[in-house]
Amino acid sequence: MASLRCFLRSGKNAVSAGLRREFHRTPPAAVQVTVRDALNQAMDEELERDERVFLLGEEVAQYDGAYKISRGLWKKYGDKRIIDTPITEMGFAGIAVGAAMAGLRPICEFMTFNFSMQAIDQVINSAAKTYYMSAGLQPIPIVFRGPNGASAGVAAQHSQCFAAWYSHCPGLKVVSPWSAEDSKGLLKSAIRDDNPVVFLENELMYGVPFEMSEEAQSKDFIIPIGKAKLERQGNHVTLVSHSRMVSLCLDAAAVLAKEGIECEVINMRTIRPLDAEAIETSIMKTNHLITVEGGWPQFGVGAEILARIMEGPAFNYLDAPAVRVTGVDIPMPYAKILEDNSIPQIKDIIFSVKKTLNV
Amino acid sequence: MTLQSLNRFFFYKLYSVVVSARTYADFTPQATFDIKKCDLHKLEEGPPLQAVLSREEGLQYYRTMQTMRRMELKADQLYKQKIIRGFCHLYDGQEACAVGIEAGINLSDHLITAYRAHGYTLTRGGTVREIMAELTGRRGGIAKGKGGSMHMYTKHFYGGNGIVGAQVPLGAGVALACKYLGKNELCVCLYGDGAANQGQIFETYNMASLWKLPCIFICENNKYGMGTSVERAAASTDYYKRGDFIPGLRVDGMDVLCVREATKLAAEHCRSGKGPILMELQTYRYHGHSMSDPGVSYRTRDEIQEVRSKSDPISMLKDRMLSNNMASVEELKEIDVEVRKEIEDAAQFATTDPEPPLDDLCNHIFYNDPPMEVRGTNPWTKLKSVS
Repeated sequence: MASLRCFLRSGKNAVSAGLRREFHRTPPAAVQVTVRDALNQAMDEELERDERVFLLGEEVAQYDGAYKISRGLWKKYGDKRIIDTPITEMGFAGIAVGAAMAGLRPICEFMTFNFSMQAIDQVINSAAKTYYMSAGLQPIPIVFRGPNGASAGVAAQHSQCFAAWYSHCPGLKVVSPWSAEDSKGLLKSAIRDDNPVVFLENELMYGVPFEMSEEAQSKDFIIPIGKAKLERQGNHVTLVSHSRMVSLCLDAAAVLAKEGIECEVINMRTIRPLDAEAIETSIMKTNHLITVEGGWPQFGVGAEILARIMEGPAFNYLDAPAVRVTGVDIPMPYAKILEDNSIPQIKDIIFSVKKTLNV
Repeated sequence: MTLQSLNRFFFYKLYSVVVSARTYADFTPQATFDIKKCDLHKLEEGPPLQAVLSREEGLQYYRTMQTMRRMELKADQLYKQKIIRGFCHLYDGQEACAVGIEAGINLSDHLITAYRAHGYTLTRGGTVREIMAELTGRRGGIAKGKGGSMHMYTKHFYGGNGIVGAQVPLGAGVALACKYLGKNELCVCLYGDGAANQGQIFETYNMASLWKLPCIFICENNKYGMGTSVERAAASTDYYKRGDFIPGLRVDGMDVLCVREATKLAAEHCRSGKGPILMELQTYRYHGHSMSDPGVSYRTRDEIQEVRSKSDPISMLKDRMLSNNMASVEELKEIDVEVRKEIEDAAQFATTDPEPPLDDLCNHIFYNDPPMEVRGTNPWTKLKSVS
């Protein structure tokens, strides 16, 4: 339903755009799809495909989702498959894990991952570790999803990035999509995965439209968990990023290109397991590495990438120390000017590239 | 063989024939026993005040409880010999709970408990051998040595959980799956008097009640949360009432028949679609909280001794059966001997089975995944992990 509405809405734009452009261009069977709609499609398709899949969380049913990600699903699938919960994260996350233990395939939504801290024991101790502790007797096919990281003006308690926290733990897979295609393909993979997956979305990306290829529109389109994607080829420096920061890296790359600096931009897509090979291959070409993330620097995603590069074959190819661009090491302030200066901006990436390249 | 020994031999054979003949003709096949009335909360009717016990049932409960008892005592021994290490929370004294509950449900139902779980692992289909080998951390353990005392699993038994109270939402989730899949199964969800104050349990009561989940919440009140008595931990020690809007009953947890009848009532309640129900089992543990707790700094030896002499669940069943001619002393002794042998064999296995192979170290991280590499303790060590 949601996909049809979206198609009709965006199809108009695509058709007129096609007519405006040159006729010899490949006519896009591609459409513009927002990240929100992509996530909605993914859940809709997986709910339809497997009746053991269900969604629970606060406001996911009758409210259509706090961020409207689950719009239309309750109308279509009803109370049994789309469940509104009381505001009790520890309780409903535990219930979701228990349901997964007994044969269902829950999608457990946290309104934001900040609230997942109340339930983090269930995610780590009940979900992540059980398959190991039971020596293979008890798998937990569950997805924990929701917006992660900084939003806009929501202040310290609602802006933390949990990528590093969850990626620390064996037994979890941690996914952080950027584009609409990422969101759809990775969420479908996560739901089909027989293991606990933490799916980190980004509220500021929900409304952003991306071109979605015909292939990506198919009901069986999945993106494998654990593989990064090269978003932009370049020779001078490797920028590794995830989620919204990928947009900033591409914007910075566009600016730098005008000065003759070609950045290679890697979209991690998955944080755990980390696709170190993709990063190493890139470094062996560019000889320079900068990681870009929204989270705090200490013990963060960038810290892990740098450690791995030090320990791996790519170290010998570095012509300069690898560095990290991260959020500022403070709780997130409220005032716009302060908030803007708490997370990486395009100019910070450009500055870091030039410092690394010594230009 | 001498004539004397031959005579003895034939006498014994004759005697055992006579004993077996007695089985069918002379024992009472079943008897009715008075059981304690349960305190009720928001329930119209409690379990019946009498329970019918058949000879077969009695012998089976006796054997299972005795096996549980001996298994726990053997674990105590092995722990003191340092063959079992880490955490070891023993269940002796509480046998009537595990056995009575299982008697009131089916194996196709589901059960989850906290860390005092050896008894339930047994009633849910685990063998003494694999339980003990798990305690000693051997490859023949029920979790291949990777879980230990607190992490044992069988079919429809979800452990064995180390985090106090976390198993309660899990159990409600299992119940949700039961309702969702429509197979008329239910989930028994156990926790202790210490856990009963956990917030997540109240969150679970709320959701289980709202969604009418087929969940039997059971509080095993053994009077002490580790070293803290119930009076010092809970503003209300009426645990059967703590579910508030959930009907509850308080049950004599030392009487296997009382537990069974209450469980039957609770199961009926759940299966009829009425939603969750709460049972408080008043029971007692002879050992301390765990093997590192002698168990006498916060309670008196007299108290322990009194429970042992007046309320022991195995003695209670034994007295009932003997005084109603449902079994003979010799028959029960023979069961004791068989149980002792089973435990000895299991302990022998548990102490001689080799430890898990190092190759198994990184396995079982993910299910249904291709083999992957796991970083070892240093960057040059790459270990292999299969599903």
